Amino acid sequence: MSRIQLSAISPRFRHIWFRNLITYRRIWQVNFIVPLLEPGFYILAFGLGFSGLIGGVSYAGLDLAYTRFMAPALVATACMWNAFFETTYTSFVRMYYQKTFDGILATPISLEEIIVAEIVWAASKAAAAVSLMLIVLIPIGYANFPGALACIPLAFLGGLAFGAIGMFFTGIIPTIDMFNLPIFLFITPMFLFSGTFFPVSGIPDWAAIFTLIFPLYHLVELTRFFCIGAMESNPVLNVTYLVLFTVLFTYLGLLMMKRRLIN
Amino acid sequence: MHIIEAIGVVKRFGDLTAVDGVHFTVEKGEFFGFLGPNGAGKTSAIRMIYGFSPVTSGQMKVFGLDIVTDWRRIRSGLGICQQENTLDPDLTVEQNLLLYARYFEMNKHKARERAEELLQFFALTNKRHAKVMELSGGLARRLQLARAIMAEPALLILDEPTTGLDPQSRHQMWNRLTALKKKGLTMLLTTHYMDEAESLCDRLLIMDNGRIIAQGRPRDLIVEHAAENVIEIEGADEQLRTYVKDHDVKHDDLGERMIVYAASDGNLENDIRDRFCMDACQFRAGNLEDVFLRLTGRELRE
Repeated sequence: MSRIQLSAISPRFRHIWFRNLITYRRIWQVNFIVPLLEPGFYILAFGLGFSGLIGGVSYAGLDLAYTRFMAPALVATACMWNAFFETTYTSFVRMYYQKTFDGILATPISLEEIIVAEIVWAASKAAAAVSLMLIVLIPIGYANFPGALACIPLAFLGGLAFGAIGMFFTGIIPTIDMFNLPIFLFITPMFLFSGTFFPVSGIPDWAAIFTLIFPLYHLVELTRFFCIGAMESNPVLNVTYLVLFTVLFTYLGLLMMKRRLIN
Repeated sequence: MHIIEAIGVVKRFGDLTAVDGVHFTVEKGEFFGFLGPNGAGKTSAIRMIYGFSPVTSGQMKVFGLDIVTDWRRIRSGLGICQQENTLDPDLTVEQNLLLYARYFEMNKHKARERAEELLQFFALTNKRHAKVMELSGGLARRLQLARAIMAEPALLILDEPTTGLDPQSRHQMWNRLTALKKKGLTMLLTTHYMDEAESLCDRLLIMDNGRIIAQGRPRDLIVEHAAENVIEIEGADEQLRTYVKDHDVKHDDLGERMIVYAASDGNLENDIRDRFCMDACQFRAGNLEDVFLRLTGRELRE
């Protein structure tokens, strides 16, 4: 039982997903407000504050206003934050403080199903947040219609990737305040250096290579492609990278959570 | 077929052997008790029964199935009332029941009926929309028991169901458990309250240091390891000590106090009453607590 058993993963995981949906609906107002307002704040701040310093950005042969360059990256970073927070802080609280997983493990549901459900739920939440953001971004012209709608399934894929690595950290972190480490050492640098605020093509090659390992870079490239129809990389490679990243960290997340909870 | 059959079950955590090769069976309709001091291996044993914790060696069979391969089928027939509060604090009382039914893939309509029935049985009807966090300890424990039997299990496992409850809530809990027993439900109980085990359990076992040190019906265990009648004598002196030694009387010498275990014929009791009860003597029936303390010792654990 201490090994990961693929046979232990059945469609029953949907019940855990549904459990999370019930709690999400309970505070849906809070869950809706953040994604609706967040792009507005960024676009106002960068549009009003930054536009005087930076005229435009040259990206994939286009000359873009700074806010128009940055807006698609907001979609990607929102996806990252939503999914990562869900499988770190929220899952940790459920696992450690609320003993929710212990309760579920007394029913015909496996730990594998709980973990998969948490990751899929994180991805669903990320996709929901991105959908809400698009409601704001499309009418004000920062995301193409209908092309930008592809960001929704994309956010689900990105959510799986960030949910999976979040679950991996939840499996190895000793106490909840130690999540500061992966956030400051992994998430924050990724947030800053993934082509979110400046094009990766503008930085030296040796540094650009590092950004390639960040899943957020690949997600930002794809959201930009769907929102403004331009990108500097190959979408097939971006998607492939995200899929492989998801598979690897779902496996590692399962392994670490199993090691942590089953003894 | 046995409901539970443990065959030489061992549980090791690194160098520590928590359960050291235990054999026991639980039969259909039985109320079976699991006693032992803290760290004796009770919870480890119980966690192996429902596959929460893997068996290191030996075999654990529930409903005749092996927990390693058939864990999902076994757990479908189990109700588990865990020691910690594992209720879902994000949900209401009723949602806790309904969601649990989903985990067992119960038909929705049937789940509603069953939830209604259990809310009534546990007197939780007017709390159905309350958040779990707002419940008192006794109510929360009742809800946890209600949730455990939501999917109509064939075996109910109760890990210290009354620990920390006030006397009213404990009696409420006992009434419910007795009613469930009358309906023929097989139950396995762990507890630190010997009166609870004595009155509820048909059969029980006592564990210490990972091993089973006694097993049987409460009455039989009392007769075997303590006695039907017990005399507690305050201010035990040398005369009494000589007396019990000469007459080869079963006793425990606690210094200031001596506990004498007497057979049911009454001769020894009369003798002691006449000769040694100058200060204070207490005559009472032997109980499971006597058995427990005699077998596991009186020293503090942990």
